[in-house]
Amino acid sequence: MQASPFIQAESARKNRKIVVVTFGGGARDQETFAPEGQENIPHMLKELAPQSSFFTHVTNEGILGHYVATASLATGVYETLNNFAAVAPEHPTVFEYFRKDLRRPSSDAWVVAPSNGFNRIGESEVRGFGPGLGARVILPKRLLRMASSRGTADFDHLLHDNYENPLYTPTLAGGEVELQQLEMILKLSVDDFASHARTLSSPDELSLYITKRLMREEAPSLLWITMHDIDVAHSGAYSLYLEGIRRTDRLCAELWKTIETEPEYAGKTTMFVLPDFGRDSDFDSGGNGFQHHRTGDAASRTTWMMVLGAGVRHGVVYNDPVQSIDLVPSIGTIMGFSPSQSQGKLIRELV
Amino acid sequence: MLPSDLKAESFAAYPPEAKALVLSHLDMMRRLPLAFLPSLLRQMMNYDYSFPVERSMIDSELRILDSLSEVQRDEWFGGFSAISLSASLENSDWISLPAQFVEQEAAYLWSTHQYDAFRKAALDYGHRLAKETNPEPVTMRRLGIAVVGQGVTTYNAPLFRNLREHGTWFTQVNPNRGLEALLSAVEERAQTHPAAYAHWYVDGGAPLPRSSAVKCVSYKDLTPLRVSLLKKIQADVSQPGMGPEELRTRLARMTPADLEVDGASDPVLSRFEMKLFTEGSGTQIYSTTFAQWTARELLRRAQPLTLLVRFAPRQRQRPMNELLSGKQTGAEVDLAGSLVDADMGAYYHWIDQQRLPGADSSAFIAWFEGHGDAVAIGPSIPRGAESHSPIEMSKLLSLVST
Repeated sequence: MQASPFIQAESARKNRKIVVVTFGGGARDQETFAPEGQENIPHMLKELAPQSSFFTHVTNEGILGHYVATASLATGVYETLNNFAAVAPEHPTVFEYFRKDLRRPSSDAWVVAPSNGFNRIGESEVRGFGPGLGARVILPKRLLRMASSRGTADFDHLLHDNYENPLYTPTLAGGEVELQQLEMILKLSVDDFASHARTLSSPDELSLYITKRLMREEAPSLLWITMHDIDVAHSGAYSLYLEGIRRTDRLCAELWKTIETEPEYAGKTTMFVLPDFGRDSDFDSGGNGFQHHRTGDAASRTTWMMVLGAGVRHGVVYNDPVQSIDLVPSIGTIMGFSPSQSQGKLIRELV
Repeated sequence: MLPSDLKAESFAAYPPEAKALVLSHLDMMRRLPLAFLPSLLRQMMNYDYSFPVERSMIDSELRILDSLSEVQRDEWFGGFSAISLSASLENSDWISLPAQFVEQEAAYLWSTHQYDAFRKAALDYGHRLAKETNPEPVTMRRLGIAVVGQGVTTYNAPLFRNLREHGTWFTQVNPNRGLEALLSAVEERAQTHPAAYAHWYVDGGAPLPRSSAVKCVSYKDLTPLRVSLLKKIQADVSQPGMGPEELRTRLARMTPADLEVDGASDPVLSRFEMKLFTEGSGTQIYSTTFAQWTARELLRRAQPLTLLVRFAPRQRQRPMNELLSGKQTGAEVDLAGSLVDADMGAYYHWIDQQRLPGADSSAFIAWFEGHGDAVAIGPSIPRGAESHSPIEMSKLLSLVST
């Protein structure tokens, strides 16, 4: 006898996996999905877009710094924390809501992030949520740095924490996965990790490599990957910014292929891809075009979101505005938890 | 301290001309809101090291502010007065460190969701000021020239895509002695219309010999300054307790003397050169960024009548696997990447030029060095057109000048 449709739906929700990729850090429409930018995203345009729901108008009304904006995406509230300090988000994160409401173990929510500044992204310090209830965080660049101290190589260049403030690295304050846990969690020796890193061209490629290991070994239901190569734009070299976009495009397609082929993920995963925000317009005299995201103009605040996989309508384009903080309530509805303190709205087109 | 508490002695540390300027407008400044005043002080403080056009703009702005009635002042500054600032901002040393105040104010405005209101107040103020300002007529048609692609032998992707719609795309410019023709045109303009800091040549590499009537800034000539600054930054960063704010404060306070650079012969130029590295992002690493940022800052500050910018190849960004290999490689350059950077840099050069008075009659040439591709923009040049006929560089120059 077959189970009732309600039981089937509940079971599907229990098995549902969510992968969020921030297409970062910060890309403008004109170098991505606007007609003149489409040559930079061939994989997303030709392979992913036809099977996705695409939101053309996503605004970020918050602070345009990468850590604080990513924290806002993760809490569903425009956070106001110091972008360059290792501090926890001021509101509960999507990971805390997910684990608390659905009683999931820590192994079921993971964040892969580029730099030290993101090590507190996994959980807030809010009473009733907070330490121990959030996501585990893995910082591949930091692991590589630690691996380097074991005498593997000289890679000072990679030790730069981020491109927004390349001269400063915040002190870590716990929570992230340490080098010795590589073997235990990812079944990966330090030597193998360092030697594989030598075959990759960028930190985001390393993040994808770690993500794939996580998917294979831990199969988390809520997985958040923060890409960051694009933010090389702060150096002012337009070609490197475009290169970053093209690489991120390729990595997103590769991640989707992995999702489709990993038994734990295939057929039950919804993937969200969105930049944390845009970059300054060429025409705002307060900025210097693509280089930064400081003016708060429309180009820096407006971006897009691609959603594909389980439960998503294929090839549909939505032009109605949504906000970046709407992500958390939408994930909550899809997975069946209640992000009570989020200030975003449910994106109805996704449920 | 609040603006209403300002006293003459508050400005004791200001350079002499800046101090005199402040004191002659002190009464008016006492009535301005704190959310606005440090931005004005930041400009006034640099008066001794400002280009003539900047001085004239500051003088004009102060004259206009002096002339406002109380009602007008309320209208002009209502948006700024409505901004709520923290006690720590009020108590900070915004008189001596106005630039740092402005930066901290921006962070505070972001965090308190007041940034958009501030932005609107600033835009409104800018529009009002522009309406009241009568810019001096430009004495000659402004000319911008961007030379891109040095060292690139073949390039198949389309160039100057952003600029083409604003002028005519030429595909058969005779490249022989093209650079010399462009530099000669700059020199001739400097000789026929001499004015301080009005005619410039910026080179992202080693500069070509040129007339002393043309001011020159080059990446190569500034290497000692750049290296000295990078060493100083590295030394500062390694000090315990050093954070981004403290580092920025130190950079903002730096003078050419701190970097052991001779600033006596032309203090305005040496201060400008130092700021290219202390305020620019990426200028210390990539010569293409240096050339673009220098052009932007010159156009914003000196408002040159002539600006030739020649981009040079920048160093190659080494991929992660190469860095991890630990293999030392020589100083390799990225020719194709530099061309893409310069193409965008040329576009920004044109945009920045169009913000200046006389934009309707200004002229611009972007040329792929050593090749036949160029875009010419000028009042009598057809927009969005193409020309596949052979043409000399001198002819192109005369076309944009008519």
